Formats: sequence, C-alpha cells, structure tokens
Amino acid sequence: MPVAESDTPLVQLLTPEGERVHHPDYDVELTDDEYRAFYRDLVLVRRIDVEATALQRQGELGIWAALLGQEAAQVGSGRALRPQDFAFPTYREHGVAWCRDVDPLKLLGLFRGVSNGGWDPQEKRFNLYTIVIGSQTLHATGYAMGVAMDGAVGDPETGEAVIAYFGDAASSQGDVNEAFVWASVYNAPVVFFCQNNQWGISTPTDHQSRIPLYRRAEGFGFPGVRVDGNDVLASYAVTRAALDAARTGQGPTLVEAFTYRMGAHTTSDDPTRYRLSSELEAWKLKDPLERMRSFLFKQQLADADFIASVEADSDALAARVREGCLAMPDPDPSFLFENVYDEPTPLLLEQREAMETYLAGFAGRAH
Amino acid sequence: MAQLTIAKALNEGLRAAMEQDDKVIVMGEDVGKLGGVFRVTDALQKDFGEARVMDTPLAESGIVGTAIGLAIRGYRPVCEIQFDGFVYPAYDQIVSQLAKYHARSKGSVKMPIVIRIPFGGGIGAVEHHSESPEAYFAHTAGLKVVACSNPTDAYFMIQQAIASNDPVIFFEPKRRYWEKAEVDTGATPDPLWQSRVVREGTDVTLLAYGPMVRTCLDAATAAAEEGRSLEVVDLRTLSPLDFATITASARRTKRVVVVHEAPSNVGIGAELAARLSEDLYYEMEAPVLRVTGYDTPYPPSRVEEDYLPDLDRVLHTVDRSLAY
Repeated sequence: MPVAESDTPLVQLLTPEGERVHHPDYDVELTDDEYRAFYRDLVLVRRIDVEATALQRQGELGIWAALLGQEAAQVGSGRALRPQDFAFPTYREHGVAWCRDVDPLKLLGLFRGVSNGGWDPQEKRFNLYTIVIGSQTLHATGYAMGVAMDGAVGDPETGEAVIAYFGDAASSQGDVNEAFVWASVYNAPVVFFCQNNQWGISTPTDHQSRIPLYRRAEGFGFPGVRVDGNDVLASYAVTRAALDAARTGQGPTLVEAFTYRMGAHTTSDDPTRYRLSSELEAWKLKDPLERMRSFLFKQQLADADFIASVEADSDALAARVREGCLAMPDPDPSFLFENVYDEPTPLLLEQREAMETYLAGFAGRAH
Repeated sequence: MAQLTIAKALNEGLRAAMEQDDKVIVMGEDVGKLGGVFRVTDALQKDFGEARVMDTPLAESGIVGTAIGLAIRGYRPVCEIQFDGFVYPAYDQIVSQLAKYHARSKGSVKMPIVIRIPFGGGIGAVEHHSESPEAYFAHTAGLKVVACSNPTDAYFMIQQAIASNDPVIFFEPKRRYWEKAEVDTGATPDPLWQSRVVREGTDVTLLAYGPMVRTCLDAATAAAEEGRSLEVVDLRTLSPLDFATITASARRTKRVVVVHEAPSNVGIGAELAARLSEDLYYEMEAPVLRVTGYDTPYPPSRVEEDYLPDLDRVLHTVDRSLAY
C-alpha cells in the first residue's frame, strides 16, 4: 500500500503561522540581521520571478519557468552553500542562482533565446541550467567524485560539497537513479536536493512514486530526510547539515523539500486543466514569504520601515531586470558557429564562411 | 620497435597518456582488475590505482554523465563502452550534454572526454555485440569521431584523442584487435584529423575505416593480380571528414567506392557520396558506389558473413564502378 503523506515526518522550524519551533536534529541560531536577510532574499527572488513572467507575457521572453512557491526551498538551500561548494541546477533554480550571485539577466538570456546557457559555470560555481530532466544529477555526482579524488573533503571548514537540484518527477529518471548508485558507491560528497513541488507539468507525484521520495535514499544506502520546503529556516538547516556531512567525507544525502509549484509549469502551461484551485488555495496558507514575514513581526525583528526598504530594493531590482532584458541584443548570425568546438573543424569554418558570404549578399538591402 | 596488437597498442597508448598527465583517468565496466573484456586496459589499474582506473557500476549513462562532471572538475576521462550495442543508454548524455556543453558555456568549460567503443562484427557474437553506430555520432555537432585500423594508429590516435579538448568518440575495430604489426613509438604521428592513403592506385579509390581497411587492402591485392590498381584511403577521422585527402584521391582515380559495415541508409558513405558529387561533379567517371551492411538489424552470427562487406563484394562493386 502507498504510504499516506500524513504519516510522513517533516522537519519544520517555522510553522505556516510564523511560529518558531525546534527540532532535535536540526536547528539554527541566526542573528537578527540574518533572519531579515532571508526575508529580503525571498522577496527579491519572488520579484525577479514575477518580473520575468510579466516580460514573457509581453513577448520579451520566449518562455519562463516560474519558481513561485518554491522560494524558501531555494533560498534556504542556496544560502546553506559555502563559497567553495558547487551547485548543479535544473532550469527553475532562479533562487539558488540569486544566492550564488549569478546575475538574473544571465538566466533571462536563456529564456529570451539569446543563449543556450551563457555563463561561466566555474565563476560562481553554479552550473548551467539543464533542461533534460535529471541529467545534471550525474554531472554533480561526477564533479563530487572529482572533489573527493582531489582530497578536498574532510575539513569541516574548507571541505567542498556539491548539490544537485531536481524535482519530484525527475526521481523517475534513470539518470537520477544512476546518480544515486554512483554517489553511494563512491561515497561522493553530493547532496541530492529534490524539490517535490507536487507536479511534473500535469502529473502528480503519486504517478512517480508510491513511497515518499526521501525514502528512496534508504535503498541506495544513504540517508534521506524530508523538510518543509516552504520553511526557509528548515530548508537552510537541513541542507547545511547534509552539505557538512558531505564535505567531511560522510557521503551523500537525499533532501526532499516538500513544497508546491504555485504557478504553472511554465508560461506555456495551463494548470486549470489538471488541478483544482482549492489545492492552490490550501497551499497559499503555507506561503513561504508570508510565514517569514509573520515570524519577523512576531519576534519584533522588523518594522514597517524595514518592509518598505525591502520593497524599494525589490522595485529597483525589477526595474534593472526589465531594462536589462529589453536592452539585451540578439547575437550575430555568426554566433551559431562559435564554440561548437574548442578546435573548430575545417568543414564548420567552411559553412560559416558560406553563410557570411550569403548574408553579405543582402548588405544594404531589406530582407 | 615492438610487435604490437591493436589491443596492446591501445593499452600502451593509454599508459603513455596516463603517465604524461595525471588528470587522465580511465572508467568503465570491468576495466580494472579484469583489464576490460578485450584487455585493452590490462594492468592499468595495478599501475595507476583504483582512483584513476575505475571499475564503474554497470550503467552506461552513468559512466558518461559522471565523466562530464569529472571534466567540469578538470579531469580528462577516458570512458570505455564495453560493446557498440551498449552505448545507447548513454546516447542522451553524449548528444544532449557532452556534445553541447562547450558551446553552452561559451567555451569556458572544455570537455576533453574520450569514449572508446569496440565496434563492428565478424566475431560470431550474440546480438548487440557487432554494431556500427558511428553515423549517430558523426551526425551530432560538438562531437568528433575517429576510428583506428592498425596498431600504429591505435597507439598514437588514442593519445591524440585524449589530448584533444573536444569530446572524441573513438571506435576500435574489435575483430582486428589481435592483428599485429611493428609500432615505432618514437615516430612522429600524422595529425588526428587527417585521412591517409594507405595504398596508392590509379583506377578506383576505396574509402574505408576501422575493420574495413584490412578488407580493402586485401581486395586491392587481389585486384592487382587482375591488373587493376586500387587506391585505399583509411579515413581515420569520420567527423570531421578530411575532404582534402579524400577529394585529392578521387580526383586522381575519378572513381570511388565507399566500404563500411554500418547500414547504407544515411550513413558515412552517403555523406561522402553527396560531398564528392558536389565537389567533383564534372570530373568523376562514375557515381560514388557503396558497399555496406544492409538496412537490416545486425543478423545472427551464422549469417553475419552475408551481411558484412567482404573482398568479393568490394571487387564486385569495383567492377560496377569501372563499367561506367
């Protein structure tokens, strides 16, 4: 029989009402400034997402994969990373990108169609977005094997860890299961961070698994834990612990962040065809931003001035994202041929020259 | 100079590459203690350790996928796919991830990965052990594809492929693994991306690679007894194709026959024929003809000789070419 979701333990440090609770295995003590910084991250990340969705609606982006509802899972896990750690995202980790200081405009370039990636993965230790579902979990595992081979695990301060993001539906992919095998066998310093947002486009999680996803880990021989993915503090605490286990040589962990995709799969999707609005309404009561705001107010960590200053930052960020998007030039046609190889082939150079000659024939004429 | 089989030459080449660069690692199924089912990696684990010669779990997508991660980390993985017909589980990682990564990262991350694949038939094997999947990879931008045919090339080409910063699919002629020849390891090798005229002739050019080079050389010897002079070109590189060498030979003989084990439909031979017709339309005396495997699944071994191009089929097609 499938295991009922209600029987499943969930690490939570902040209730949906913003009450601070404690957990015997996972806890965090943060300064007032750090609590406020989490809130600011959540607001800014949501704002980037809302702005990008609007830009898509206005025809400036071809498509956008919204993270709406998953901000806490991403900011919590993203802020748990240390500078030396390396993240392997899917195509929805805009919040993690924010935490890694990747310019949101780099992300927009992919969705606008001016690049297929376009940032240097080494610079912020944030891999390129990966669209084929689950492929990046193997890349993360291989990278983590390299970390171990380099002797860069062991030290709790300087040890390196890797995090692989994926979703509930990706857990059905062969590559994800192979990544679990590899990570386990090689004791690779990798954290598998699964955002269970309940939906793979239109397909609910019970079509992917009849047990809670975090329990998959046991069969592969490493720990699995389910965290409230709408609780930024719990997401932070659980991910930090898993990363520290990895960096000190204790191998992989599967973290299942139980969350909800409040928006559509992408701007091309229409969730009204497959889910009830009552479900969305129920999840709105667990909104990750609202609970953090409630917590700040209840603890008297924030006042109206602070909230207003975050809103002002948010407005400025949105304006920058919008202006940057509109100013983003299309690449030259010769872009097609660039970096296909490190050492270009004569045949490709020949094709490039033929295209340039062809296009030069139109010079000065409308076409 | 040493007498080496192709398998041993590959082994020596791998050893030389690993000695030269400690970022070079070997990974695959049974490549460690066993030394690979064809012994190409024999004794490498003993000499370089389990970290650099990894007996991986049995999952091809996992082999290539983790190799990509290791390459991002700065390693130069050499992956062994045990048999040609087992590469398909890794196909997605190869064409969607490996081939595109350099371009997607705007050149900031190199993908110096070699995927070794023993290919072709003629060994009496059970199904999925005798295939020629090279066209799938040659069709993919971002990959380079080569095939060696003799011990000297095996020794040098594997090292050149490892030294390349582009991903290379490296096909090894499994039925020729045990053919021996003298290898001068101190020689200066030809560039990897160059085809080679391995026998000069004047009447017809045979274009071949991998296991079919030997078949074509034998055909040329037989033809010579009948007074026909066949030129044999070992393509060596399948993507990119070296049209400088290929076209020069075709221009000399004006007749070309392509020989490969892979099916003819949309194969390497089709690309060669198309390109030669574009470049030498007015110079050729005959259309480019192909001797290939048939457009069928690779057959059970008791009838594989009917499927594989052999000396007689090559000569028969040479006759057809000369009849134009």
